[in-house]
Amino acid sequence: MSIKHGLLALLREDPKYGYQLRGEFEAATGATWPLNIGQVYTTLTRLERDGLVRPASGEGDGDGRSLYEITDDGRAELARWFDTPVTRESRPRDELAIKLALALAVPGVDVSAVVQRQRMSTMRSLQELTRLKRGNRDGDISWQLVLESMIFAAEAEIRWLDHCESMLLRHRAAGGTTPAASRAGTTPAAGRAGTTPAAHRTNDVPEEQAKR
Amino acid sequence: MSTILDIRNLTRTHGQGKQAVHALRSVDLSVEAGELVAVMGPSGSGKSTLLTCAGGLDQPTAGEVLVDGNDLTTLSRNAVAALRRRRIGYVFQDFNLIPALTAAENVALPLELDGTRTRAARKYAEAALQEVAIDELADRFPEDMSGGQRQRVAIARAIVGERRLLLADEPTGALDSDTGETVLQLLRDRCDQHGIAGVLVTHDARHAAWADRVVYLRDGVLVGQSGPLPEADALLQESH
Repeated sequence: MSIKHGLLALLREDPKYGYQLRGEFEAATGATWPLNIGQVYTTLTRLERDGLVRPASGEGDGDGRSLYEITDDGRAELARWFDTPVTRESRPRDELAIKLALALAVPGVDVSAVVQRQRMSTMRSLQELTRLKRGNRDGDISWQLVLESMIFAAEAEIRWLDHCESMLLRHRAAGGTTPAASRAGTTPAAGRAGTTPAAHRTNDVPEEQAKR
Repeated sequence: MSTILDIRNLTRTHGQGKQAVHALRSVDLSVEAGELVAVMGPSGSGKSTLLTCAGGLDQPTAGEVLVDGNDLTTLSRNAVAALRRRRIGYVFQDFNLIPALTAAENVALPLELDGTRTRAARKYAEAALQEVAIDELADRFPEDMSGGQRQRVAIARAIVGERRLLLADEPTGALDSDTGETVLQLLRDRCDQHGIAGVLVTHDARHAAWADRVVYLRDGVLVGQSGPLPEADALLQESH
Protein backbone atom coordinates (compact mmCIF):
# COMPACT_ATOMS: atom_id res chain seq x y z
CA MET A 1 0.00 0.00 0.00
CA SER A 2 1.22 3.45 -0.72
CA ILE A 3 0.07 6.84 0.38
CA LYS A 4 0.29 7.74 -3.28
CA HIS A 5 -2.54 5.44 -4.31
CA GLY A 6 -4.55 6.36 -1.26
CA LEU A 7 -4.46 10.02 -2.22
CA LEU A 8 -5.33 9.24 -5.86
CA ALA A 9 -8.34 7.26 -4.64
CA LEU A 10 -9.53 10.17 -2.52
CA LEU A 11 -9.14 12.59 -5.44
CA ARG A 12 -11.14 10.41 -7.81
CA GLU A 13 -14.49 12.06 -7.14
CA ASP A 14 -13.52 15.70 -6.80
CA PRO A 15 -10.54 18.01 -6.25
CA LYS A 16 -9.34 18.45 -2.68
CA TYR A 17 -6.91 20.39 -0.52
CA GLY A 18 -3.98 18.68 1.16
CA TYR A 19 -5.38 19.03 4.67
CA GLN A 20 -8.69 17.58 3.45
CA LEU A 21 -6.87 14.59 1.99
CA ARG A 22 -5.12 13.99 5.24
CA GLY A 23 -8.37 14.00 7.20
CA GLU A 24 -10.17 11.76 4.75
CA PHE A 25 -7.27 9.32 4.54
CA GLU A 26 -7.27 8.89 8.30
CA ALA A 27 -11.04 8.57 8.43
CA ALA A 28 -11.05 5.90 5.72
CA THR A 29 -8.37 3.81 7.43
CA GLY A 30 -9.79 4.28 10.91
CA ALA A 31 -6.77 6.31 11.95
CA THR A 32 -4.64 3.16 11.90
CA TRP A 33 -2.34 4.96 9.55
CA PRO A 34 -1.78 8.48 10.81
CA LEU A 35 -0.30 10.81 8.20
CA ASN A 36 1.40 14.09 8.86
CA ILE A 37 0.64 16.97 6.60
CA GLY A 38 4.23 17.03 5.35
CA GLN A 39 3.87 13.49 3.98
CA VAL A 40 0.71 14.54 2.19
CA TYR A 41 2.35 17.51 0.48
CA THR A 42 5.53 15.60 -0.40
CA THR A 43 3.40 12.90 -1.99
CA LEU A 44 1.30 15.43 -3.87
CA THR A 45 4.45 17.07 -5.21
CA ARG A 46 5.68 13.72 -6.49
CA LEU A 47 2.30 12.88 -7.99
CA GLU A 48 2.30 16.23 -9.74
CA ARG A 49 5.83 15.64 -11.06
CA ASP A 50 4.68 12.28 -12.49
CA GLY A 51 1.63 13.88 -14.09
CA LEU A 52 -0.89 11.98 -11.97
CA VAL A 53 -2.40 15.05 -10.29
CA ARG A 54 -2.34 18.77 -11.05
CA PRO A 55 -3.37 21.93 -9.25
CA ALA A 56 -7.04 22.59 -10.02
CA SER A 57 -7.30 25.65 -12.26
CA GLY A 58 -5.75 28.35 -10.13
CA GLU A 59 -8.00 27.95 -7.11
CA GLY A 60 -6.68 28.46 -3.64
CA ASP A 61 -8.36 28.57 -0.28
CA GLY A 62 -7.16 32.09 0.37
CA ASP A 63 -4.24 30.96 2.54
CA GLY A 64 -2.17 30.08 -0.48
CA ARG A 65 -3.01 26.37 -0.28
CA SER A 66 -3.96 24.88 -3.57
CA LEU A 67 -6.63 22.48 -4.64
CA TYR A 68 -5.48 19.31 -6.39
CA GLU A 69 -7.27 17.25 -9.02
CA ILE A 70 -6.55 13.88 -10.54
CA THR A 71 -5.40 13.63 -14.21
CA ASP A 72 -6.35 10.96 -16.74
CA ASP A 73 -2.98 9.30 -16.15
CA GLY A 74 -3.78 9.39 -12.45
CA ARG A 75 -7.11 7.64 -13.03
CA ALA A 76 -5.38 4.99 -15.12
CA GLU A 77 -2.79 4.43 -12.37
CA LEU A 78 -5.53 4.18 -9.75
CA ALA A 79 -7.48 1.66 -11.83
CA ARG A 80 -4.32 -0.39 -12.29
CA TRP A 81 -3.73 -0.36 -8.52
CA PHE A 82 -7.25 -1.55 -7.72
CA ASP A 83 -6.93 -4.26 -10.39
CA THR A 84 -3.62 -5.64 -9.14
CA PRO A 85 -3.54 -7.94 -6.10
CA VAL A 86 -1.09 -7.03 -3.37
CA THR A 87 1.76 -9.53 -3.40
CA ARG A 88 3.12 -10.79 -0.12
CA GLU A 89 6.66 -10.19 -1.36
CA SER A 90 6.00 -6.49 -1.69
CA ARG A 91 5.45 -6.11 2.04
CA PRO A 92 8.15 -5.41 4.58
CA ARG A 93 10.28 -8.16 6.05
CA ASP A 94 8.96 -9.96 9.00
CA GLU A 95 10.87 -9.39 12.18
CA LEU A 96 9.09 -12.06 14.20
CA ALA A 97 9.86 -14.91 11.82
CA ILE A 98 13.48 -13.80 11.69
CA LYS A 99 13.60 -13.52 15.47
CA LEU A 100 12.32 -17.08 15.95
CA ALA A 101 14.63 -18.47 13.30
CA LEU A 102 17.55 -16.81 15.04
CA ALA A 103 16.37 -17.90 18.49
CA LEU A 104 16.57 -21.46 17.20
CA ALA A 105 19.92 -20.96 15.58
CA VAL A 106 21.64 -19.29 18.52
CA PRO A 107 22.43 -21.50 21.54
CA GLY A 108 21.12 -20.49 24.93
CA VAL A 109 17.88 -18.83 23.87
CA ASP A 110 14.67 -20.19 25.41
CA VAL A 111 12.60 -20.39 22.25
CA SER A 112 9.44 -21.50 24.08
CA ALA A 113 9.64 -18.42 26.26
CA VAL A 114 10.05 -16.21 23.21
CA VAL A 115 6.98 -17.86 21.67
CA GLN A 116 4.94 -17.53 24.85
CA ARG A 117 5.79 -13.86 25.35
CA GLN A 118 4.89 -13.10 21.76
CA ARG A 119 1.64 -15.03 22.06
CA MET A 120 0.49 -13.05 25.07
CA SER A 121 1.52 -9.79 23.47
CA THR A 122 -0.33 -10.56 20.25
CA MET A 123 -3.30 -11.79 22.27
CA ARG A 124 -3.40 -8.48 23.99
CA SER A 125 -3.46 -6.63 20.68
CA LEU A 126 -6.22 -8.94 19.54
CA GLN A 127 -8.22 -8.09 22.67
CA GLU A 128 -7.74 -4.40 22.02
CA LEU A 129 -8.82 -4.75 18.39
CA THR A 130 -11.87 -6.73 19.46
CA ARG A 131 -12.79 -4.03 21.91
CA LEU A 132 -12.56 -1.43 19.14
CA LYS A 133 -14.74 -3.67 17.00
CA ARG A 134 -17.33 -3.90 19.77
CA GLY A 135 -17.30 -0.12 20.06
CA ASN A 136 -18.06 0.14 16.36
CA ARG A 137 -21.01 -2.25 16.32
CA ASP A 138 -23.31 -0.10 14.22
CA GLY A 139 -20.57 2.04 12.86
CA ASP A 140 -18.38 2.83 9.96
CA ILE A 141 -17.93 -0.02 7.49
CA SER A 142 -14.48 1.10 6.24
CA TRP A 143 -13.18 1.15 9.77
CA GLN A 144 -14.77 -2.23 10.44
CA LEU A 145 -13.01 -3.66 7.41
CA VAL A 146 -9.61 -2.36 8.46
CA LEU A 147 -10.18 -3.67 11.98
CA GLU A 148 -11.17 -7.11 10.71
CA SER A 149 -8.03 -7.21 8.61
CA MET A 150 -5.93 -6.59 11.70
CA ILE A 151 -7.97 -9.08 13.72
CA PHE A 152 -7.46 -11.81 11.13
CA ALA A 153 -3.74 -11.01 10.96
CA ALA A 154 -3.33 -11.18 14.74
CA GLU A 155 -5.32 -14.40 14.87
CA ALA A 156 -3.14 -15.90 12.14
CA GLU A 157 -0.04 -14.94 14.06
CA ILE A 158 -1.29 -16.68 17.20
CA ARG A 159 -2.16 -19.80 15.23
CA TRP A 160 1.25 -19.72 13.63
CA LEU A 161 2.89 -19.44 17.07
CA ASP A 162 0.85 -22.43 18.31
CA HIS A 163 2.00 -24.32 15.25
CA CYS A 164 5.66 -23.37 15.83
CA GLU A 165 5.42 -24.51 19.42
CA SER A 166 4.04 -27.94 18.59
CA MET A 167 6.52 -28.30 15.74
CA LEU A 168 9.35 -27.56 18.15
CA LEU A 169 8.06 -30.09 20.67
CA ARG A 170 7.83 -32.80 18.02
CA HIS A 171 11.23 -31.89 16.76
CA ARG A 172 12.77 -32.17 20.22
CA ALA A 173 10.91 -35.38 21.00
CA ALA A 174 12.39 -36.86 17.86
CA GLY A 175 15.86 -35.93 19.11
CA GLY A 176 16.19 -33.15 16.59
CA THR A 177 18.89 -30.55 16.70
CA THR A 178 18.64 -26.88 16.04
CA PRO A 179 19.49 -25.55 12.60
CA ALA A 180 22.71 -24.11 13.96
CA ALA A 181 23.96 -27.66 14.15
CA SER A 182 22.03 -29.42 11.41
CA ARG A 183 21.61 -26.70 8.82
CA ALA A 184 18.32 -25.40 7.51
CA GLY A 185 15.00 -26.99 6.88
CA THR A 186 13.76 -27.15 10.46
CA THR A 187 13.22 -23.58 11.50
CA PRO A 188 9.63 -22.44 11.64
CA ALA A 189 8.31 -21.08 8.42
CA ALA A 190 7.92 -17.39 8.07
CA GLY A 191 4.47 -15.98 7.53
CA ARG A 192 3.93 -13.54 10.24
CA ALA A 193 0.79 -11.60 10.24
CA GLY A 194 1.24 -8.80 12.67
CA THR A 195 -1.22 -6.53 14.33
CA THR A 196 -0.27 -3.91 11.86
CA PRO A 197 -1.19 -5.20 8.44
CA ALA A 198 2.32 -6.32 7.64
CA ALA A 199 4.21 -9.41 7.17
CA HIS A 200 4.94 -12.43 5.13
CA ARG A 201 7.88 -14.48 4.21
CA THR A 202 11.32 -13.08 3.97
CA ASN A 203 14.34 -13.59 1.83
CA ASP A 204 16.38 -14.29 4.89
CA VAL A 205 15.22 -17.85 5.38
CA PRO A 206 15.91 -20.61 2.89
CA GLU A 207 13.22 -21.29 0.29
CA GLU A 208 12.19 -24.60 1.73
CA GLN A 209 11.34 -23.04 5.05
CA ALA A 210 9.18 -20.41 3.50
CA LYS A 211 6.59 -23.00 2.55
CA ARG A 212 3.95 -23.35 5.16
CA MET B 1 -15.75 -4.92 42.84
CA SER B 2 -16.48 -8.24 44.38
CA THR B 3 -14.72 -11.47 43.62
CA ILE B 4 -17.16 -14.13 42.44
CA LEU B 5 -14.74 -16.93 41.67
CA ASP B 6 -11.55 -17.36 43.65
CA ILE B 7 -9.40 -20.37 42.85
CA ARG B 8 -6.36 -20.84 45.07
CA ASN B 9 -3.55 -23.27 44.62
CA LEU B 10 -5.78 -25.64 42.71
CA THR B 11 -4.26 -29.02 41.98
CA ARG B 12 -5.97 -31.94 40.30
CA THR B 13 -4.18 -35.23 39.90
CA HIS B 14 -5.66 -38.32 38.28
CA GLY B 15 -4.25 -41.67 39.38
CA GLN B 16 -1.34 -42.26 41.71
CA GLY B 17 2.37 -42.96 41.79
CA LYS B 18 4.03 -43.40 38.44
CA GLN B 19 0.72 -43.40 36.61
CA ALA B 20 -0.30 -40.05 38.09
CA VAL B 21 -1.44 -37.46 35.59
CA HIS B 22 -1.24 -33.90 36.78
CA ALA B 23 -4.16 -32.15 35.13
CA LEU B 24 -3.66 -28.94 37.13
CA ARG B 25 -0.79 -27.80 39.32
CA SER B 26 -1.17 -24.97 41.82
CA VAL B 27 -3.38 -22.79 39.69
CA ASP B 28 -4.55 -19.44 41.07
CA LEU B 29 -7.30 -17.55 39.32
CA SER B 30 -9.84 -15.04 40.49
CA VAL B 31 -12.68 -13.53 38.52
CA GLU B 32 -14.53 -10.38 39.55
CA ALA B 33 -18.18 -9.58 39.06
CA GLY B 34 -18.63 -8.25 35.53
CA GLU B 35 -15.39 -9.73 34.31
CA LEU B 36 -14.99 -12.22 31.47
CA VAL B 37 -11.83 -14.33 31.56
CA ALA B 38 -10.80 -16.62 28.72
CA VAL B 39 -8.74 -19.74 29.33
CA MET B 40 -6.57 -20.93 26.45
CA GLY B 41 -4.03 -23.66 25.96
CA PRO B 42 -3.30 -26.74 23.88
CA SER B 43 -5.36 -29.92 24.17
CA GLY B 44 -4.73 -31.64 27.46
CA SER B 45 -3.42 -28.50 29.14
CA GLY B 46 -6.11 -28.63 31.83
CA LYS B 47 -8.58 -26.04 30.53
CA SER B 48 -11.68 -28.14 30.94
CA THR B 49 -10.56 -29.55 34.28
CA LEU B 50 -10.20 -26.01 35.54
CA LEU B 51 -13.76 -25.30 34.48
CA THR B 52 -15.26 -28.45 35.98
CA CYS B 53 -13.48 -27.77 39.28
CA ALA B 54 -14.72 -24.15 39.22
CA GLY B 55 -18.25 -25.42 38.79
CA GLY B 56 -18.12 -28.10 41.45
CA LEU B 57 -18.43 -30.90 38.90
CA ASP B 58 -15.03 -32.25 39.79
CA GLN B 59 -13.30 -32.43 43.16
CA PRO B 60 -9.76 -31.00 43.25
CA THR B 61 -6.90 -32.96 44.78
CA ALA B 62 -5.76 -29.86 46.66
CA GLY B 63 -6.54 -26.18 46.86
CA GLU B 64 -9.65 -24.06 47.29
CA VAL B 65 -12.47 -23.08 44.98
CA LEU B 66 -14.55 -20.20 46.33
CA VAL B 67 -17.76 -19.25 44.58
CA ASP B 68 -19.37 -16.18 46.05
CA GLY B 69 -17.35 -16.85 49.19
CA ASN B 70 -18.34 -20.52 49.56
CA ASP B 71 -15.51 -23.03 49.36
CA LEU B 72 -16.77 -25.87 47.16
CA THR B 73 -14.08 -28.19 48.46
CA THR B 74 -15.40 -28.11 52.03
CA LEU B 75 -19.15 -28.04 51.35
CA SER B 76 -21.24 -31.20 51.44
CA ARG B 77 -22.23 -32.79 48.18
CA ASN B 78 -25.78 -31.50 48.56
CA ALA B 79 -24.66 -28.01 49.36
CA VAL B 80 -22.45 -27.97 46.26
CA ALA B 81 -25.35 -29.22 44.15
CA ALA B 82 -27.61 -26.48 45.52
CA LEU B 83 -24.99 -23.82 44.84
CA ARG B 84 -24.62 -25.14 41.32
CA ARG B 85 -28.33 -24.92 40.69
CA ARG B 86 -28.65 -21.40 42.04
CA ARG B 87 -25.44 -19.59 41.37
CA ILE B 88 -23.57 -21.31 38.57
CA GLY B 89 -24.51 -21.61 34.91
CA TYR B 90 -22.84 -23.84 32.32
CA VAL B 91 -22.68 -23.59 28.57
CA PHE B 92 -21.23 -26.55 26.67
CA GLN B 93 -20.06 -27.01 23.12
CA ASP B 94 -22.80 -29.52 22.32
CA PHE B 95 -25.50 -27.51 24.14
CA ASN B 96 -26.71 -30.42 26.31
CA LEU B 97 -30.38 -29.60 25.94
CA ILE B 98 -32.96 -32.23 26.75
CA PRO B 99 -34.61 -33.19 23.44
CA ALA B 100 -37.99 -34.05 24.97
CA LEU B 101 -38.37 -30.61 26.55
CA THR B 102 -39.23 -27.33 24.85
CA ALA B 103 -36.86 -24.36 25.01
CA ALA B 104 -38.74 -22.83 27.94
CA GLU B 105 -38.89 -26.17 29.80
CA ASN B 106 -35.16 -26.69 29.30
CA VAL B 107 -34.44 -23.24 30.71
CA ALA B 108 -36.87 -23.67 33.62
CA LEU B 109 -35.49 -27.08 34.57
CA PRO B 110 -32.70 -26.03 36.96
CA LEU B 111 -35.14 -23.79 38.83
CA GLU B 112 -37.75 -26.50 39.10
CA LEU B 113 -35.13 -28.94 40.34
CA ASP B 114 -34.36 -26.38 42.98
CA GLY B 115 -37.97 -26.26 44.13
CA THR B 116 -39.30 -23.24 42.27
CA ARG B 117 -42.94 -23.73 41.31
CA THR B 118 -43.65 -24.49 37.68
CA ARG B 119 -45.45 -21.26 36.92
CA ALA B 120 -42.77 -19.06 38.51
CA ALA B 121 -40.02 -21.07 36.85
CA ARG B 122 -41.74 -20.59 33.49
CA LYS B 123 -41.76 -16.82 34.06
CA TYR B 124 -38.05 -16.74 34.82
CA ALA B 125 -37.41 -18.92 31.79
CA GLU B 126 -39.32 -16.58 29.52
CA ALA B 127 -37.39 -13.61 30.85
CA ALA B 128 -34.09 -15.41 30.22
CA LEU B 129 -35.14 -16.37 26.69
CA GLN B 130 -36.07 -12.77 26.08
CA GLU B 131 -32.64 -11.67 27.17
CA VAL B 132 -31.04 -13.85 24.54
CA ALA B 133 -33.62 -12.62 22.01
CA ILE B 134 -35.40 -15.88 21.25
CA ASP B 135 -38.52 -15.57 23.40
CA GLU B 136 -40.62 -16.39 20.33
CA LEU B 137 -39.09 -19.87 20.29
CA ALA B 138 -40.12 -20.71 23.86
CA ASP B 139 -42.36 -23.61 22.88
CA ARG B 140 -40.10 -25.12 20.27
CA PHE B 141 -38.16 -28.35 20.74
CA PRO B 142 -34.37 -28.37 20.29
CA GLU B 143 -34.52 -30.45 17.11
CA ASP B 144 -36.56 -27.71 15.44
CA MET B 145 -33.90 -25.08 16.09
CA SER B 146 -30.62 -24.10 14.43
CA GLY B 147 -27.31 -24.56 16.24
CA GLY B 148 -27.14 -20.89 17.08
CA GLN B 149 -30.65 -20.92 18.51
CA ARG B 150 -29.92 -24.00 20.61
CA GLN B 151 -26.84 -22.33 22.02
CA ARG B 152 -28.97 -19.32 22.93
CA VAL B 153 -31.34 -21.61 24.79
CA ALA B 154 -28.35 -23.13 26.59
CA ILE B 155 -27.14 -19.65 27.53
CA ALA B 156 -30.62 -18.71 28.74
CA ARG B 157 -30.58 -21.83 30.92
CA ALA B 158 -27.16 -20.84 32.24
CA ILE B 159 -28.30 -17.35 33.24
CA VAL B 160 -31.84 -18.04 34.43
CA GLY B 161 -32.63 -16.84 37.94
CA GLU B 162 -29.81 -15.29 39.92
CA ARG B 163 -26.63 -16.77 38.58
CA ARG B 164 -23.37 -15.15 39.53
CA LEU B 165 -20.93 -17.36 37.66
CA LEU B 166 -21.16 -18.39 34.03
CA LEU B 167 -18.85 -21.17 32.86
CA ALA B 168 -18.57 -21.83 29.14
CA ASP B 169 -16.62 -24.73 27.65
CA GLU B 170 -15.97 -24.14 23.92
CA PRO B 171 -19.45 -22.64 23.53
CA THR B 172 -18.77 -21.72 19.92
CA GLY B 173 -17.13 -24.99 18.92
CA ALA B 174 -20.16 -26.31 17.04
CA LEU B 175 -21.15 -23.00 15.46
CA ASP B 176 -20.08 -21.17 12.32
CA SER B 177 -17.94 -18.13 12.95
CA ASP B 178 -20.67 -15.50 12.56
CA THR B 179 -23.02 -17.30 14.94
CA GLY B 180 -20.06 -17.82 17.25
CA GLU B 181 -19.48 -14.08 17.39
CA THR B 182 -23.08 -13.41 18.38
CA VAL B 183 -22.80 -15.96 21.16
CA LEU B 184 -19.70 -14.17 22.45
CA GLN B 185 -21.50 -10.88 22.20
CA LEU B 186 -24.21 -12.36 24.39
CA LEU B 187 -21.77 -13.69 26.99
CA ARG B 188 -19.96 -10.38 27.00
CA ASP B 189 -23.20 -8.43 27.51
CA ARG B 190 -24.16 -10.69 30.41
CA CYS B 191 -20.95 -9.81 32.17
CA ASP B 192 -21.05 -6.11 31.30
CA GLN B 193 -24.68 -5.47 32.10
CA HIS B 194 -25.51 -7.93 34.84
CA GLY B 195 -22.31 -8.19 36.79
CA ILE B 196 -21.95 -11.89 36.14
CA ALA B 197 -18.44 -13.35 36.31
CA GLY B 198 -17.66 -15.38 33.20
CA VAL B 199 -15.03 -18.00 32.43
CA LEU B 200 -14.70 -19.01 28.81
CA VAL B 201 -12.61 -21.98 27.71
CA THR B 202 -11.66 -21.78 24.05
CA HIS B 203 -8.88 -22.74 21.67
CA ASP B 204 -9.87 -19.92 19.35
CA ALA B 205 -7.87 -16.72 19.84
CA ARG B 206 -10.48 -14.68 17.99
CA HIS B 207 -13.07 -15.69 20.57
CA ALA B 208 -10.77 -15.41 23.56
CA ALA B 209 -10.15 -11.82 22.51
CA TRP B 210 -13.64 -10.89 23.70
CA ALA B 211 -12.49 -11.41 27.27
CA ASP B 212 -11.12 -8.81 29.67
CA ARG B 213 -8.27 -11.15 30.49
CA VAL B 214 -6.82 -14.17 28.75
CA VAL B 215 -4.93 -16.77 30.75
CA TYR B 216 -2.85 -19.48 29.14
CA LEU B 217 -2.42 -22.99 30.51
CA ARG B 218 0.25 -25.47 29.54
CA ASP B 219 0.62 -28.90 31.15
CA GLY B 220 -1.68 -27.85 33.97
CA VAL B 221 0.32 -24.74 34.84
CA LEU B 222 -0.72 -21.15 34.27
CA VAL B 223 2.08 -19.82 32.07
CA GLY B 224 0.78 -16.53 30.83
CA GLN B 225 -1.78 -13.86 31.25
CA SER B 226 -2.81 -10.89 29.14
CA GLY B 227 -4.80 -7.86 30.17
CA PRO B 228 -6.48 -6.00 31.74
CA LEU B 229 -6.57 -3.65 28.82
CA PRO B 230 -5.37 -0.06 28.69
CA GLU B 231 -7.55 2.68 27.30
CA ALA B 232 -8.65 2.19 23.70
CA ASP B 233 -6.86 5.32 22.44
CA ALA B 234 -3.48 3.88 23.31
CA LEU B 235 -3.82 1.32 20.51
CA LEU B 236 -3.97 3.94 17.83
CA GLN B 237 -0.76 5.54 19.02
CA GLU B 238 1.04 2.21 19.19
CA SER B 239 0.47 1.04 15.67
CA HIS B 240 3.45 2.97 14.32
